[in-house]
Amino acid sequence: MNRKYRILVVDDEFSVRDSLAKWLIEEGYDVETAEDAEAALKTFDAGMWDIVLLDIKMPGMDGLELQKRLHEVDPDLIVIMITAYASVNTAVQALKNGAFDYVAKPFDPDELCHLIKKALRQKSLTEENVRLRERVERLAGRAEIIGDSPNMKKVLELADTVADTDATVLIRGESGTGKELVARAIHARSNRRYFSLVPINCGALPENLLETELFGHERGAFTGAQYHRKGKLEMADGGTLFLDEIGTISMKTQLDLLRVIETKEFCRLGSDKPKKVDFRVVCATNRNLEQAVAEGDFREDFYYRINVFAIHLPPLREREGDIPLLARHFVTKYANAMGKEALASSPEALDLLSSHRWPGNVRELQNAIERAMVVAQEGVIRPTDLPFQLTSQRLDQPGDTLAAVECRHIQAILDRTGWNISRSAEVLGLDRATIYNKIKKYNLRN
Amino acid sequence: MRYLEIVSFVKDPEYDWPGLCQRLGQTFRMTVQLTWPTLDLEFAYNPARGQYLSTAMLSKLLEIRNPAATKSLGITDLDLFIPILTYVFGEAQLGGTVAVVSGHRLRPSFYGLPDDRDLRQERLIKEAVHELGHTFGLLHCPNQLCVLASSTYAENIDNKGTEFCAHCQGLINDALANPQTWPRP
Repeated sequence: MNRKYRILVVDDEFSVRDSLAKWLIEEGYDVETAEDAEAALKTFDAGMWDIVLLDIKMPGMDGLELQKRLHEVDPDLIVIMITAYASVNTAVQALKNGAFDYVAKPFDPDELCHLIKKALRQKSLTEENVRLRERVERLAGRAEIIGDSPNMKKVLELADTVADTDATVLIRGESGTGKELVARAIHARSNRRYFSLVPINCGALPENLLETELFGHERGAFTGAQYHRKGKLEMADGGTLFLDEIGTISMKTQLDLLRVIETKEFCRLGSDKPKKVDFRVVCATNRNLEQAVAEGDFREDFYYRINVFAIHLPPLREREGDIPLLARHFVTKYANAMGKEALASSPEALDLLSSHRWPGNVRELQNAIERAMVVAQEGVIRPTDLPFQLTSQRLDQPGDTLAAVECRHIQAILDRTGWNISRSAEVLGLDRATIYNKIKKYNLRN
Repeated sequence: MRYLEIVSFVKDPEYDWPGLCQRLGQTFRMTVQLTWPTLDLEFAYNPARGQYLSTAMLSKLLEIRNPAATKSLGITDLDLFIPILTYVFGEAQLGGTVAVVSGHRLRPSFYGLPDDRDLRQERLIKEAVHELGHTFGLLHCPNQLCVLASSTYAENIDNKGTEFCAHCQGLINDALANPQTWPRP
């Protein structure tokens, strides 16, 4: 054992108390004894106890009453009642009151030894469970949704509102806005948080493969199905199924999924045995589903089934105020990952980040910061550390001469290709000799 | 001079007394003296249980032992118990001077098996070393092969070795090297 477990023995008979304590000490436990309830309460208050071995029949306050008092102080305390054969009924009452178990005196040494080990194992599992739950709560509270802008606050409010319900949620927004993060936040705040959130990117898989991934299959269901395999629907049992890019799935899969969502039953591929599942569905899409329904690409009944509660995630350009916050967050994140100091962003770099339109949204910003963290020097992120698309977009000011724009553009392409002249020539649609001439003309440097 | 006193309450010719003395002497690196006091052990008898209270026998040993002995080990063939347990193979004063071991439940015939002198002798040696180990302050050892591993059944005794594990041997060596830490006789 890693630490000495502490056991309090309460029995009015000296010989019982003494022999039990001696035996437990030889087993390696830290033991104290008390002769009655009053002494037990005093000793209990004075220390931390893993187990209390408690005689039921004692003069004054009996073991049952003492057990209640102890559990009032520590509801998780493990109490093992010690009883004579004659009072087994009382021991059963003690079990109903929350005692871990009881042993009849005299007991087999093996019996007590196993009982104590079992009790300690349960205690350790309970404590581990509490620690893990706290960790889940902490992680849930720390979901990486960064944003202070009014429209992001609204999104978080909506996520909080719907989290506790079992309603199907449709998260809409452009690519890279953080739809999966919102799905994770909803799951983490829901009653299903102690089960899994199972994500599946419907857009990344062809129809047949998607069906196999979702429904699983039995052995021999199709060529190559050598073993049976659980699908995502089964894995999500008790938790949340996150269907990303729901707008891309075929009409047939929509119909199959509609049936599962309605009945909470499905069959693995190659099986006709229905399996019951209980999960919550959260979907995400960047597609205009109403238009898809109108064009006949998306089932109307499936659309209404998944669009019970919609959350619209604003693109980054509509939450300009969050950009410095996000930039700082990603700087810290990558500094930790790269084992570097967190860099500061120069005012010019922040200005540039804020004025960019961010077609790739938060994901694009994250990548831009990651790159900047790699190339930045002297502890500061400068505009030149940001990807060239940003730099050129920002630096092309109205009123620039054609030569100035050409110079910057060639420099940017050269930087992007790592000064590979052939590739730069190909990108710019020029021959290699012209590129060399332009480098000379504009005095460009690597 | 340190010596171990074996107080035998049985004159059982089936036991190999010289062999036992030799093994204990080697293990605890001290000379061994064997005595057979004439003593009625009925004071320890509990009629309700039909067994003998080992704690009472330890108390008696403390009275009758030779004060010059470093440790005293009582050996009996009576069925021993302590109030909370249905039976014990032996009992010791943890970090004290006396211990008692019973051969009653060490006999294979107790479990309906043919008697086996060698097996009984080996079990007796193991339990004697085990209980004497407690008198040096050692607790039960989690190493199931160590002689100080807890044994609730005779099979457990058979499964463990007759020697201390390296850790417990170290503790015994320390205790033997520092007699000033022993309780005063």
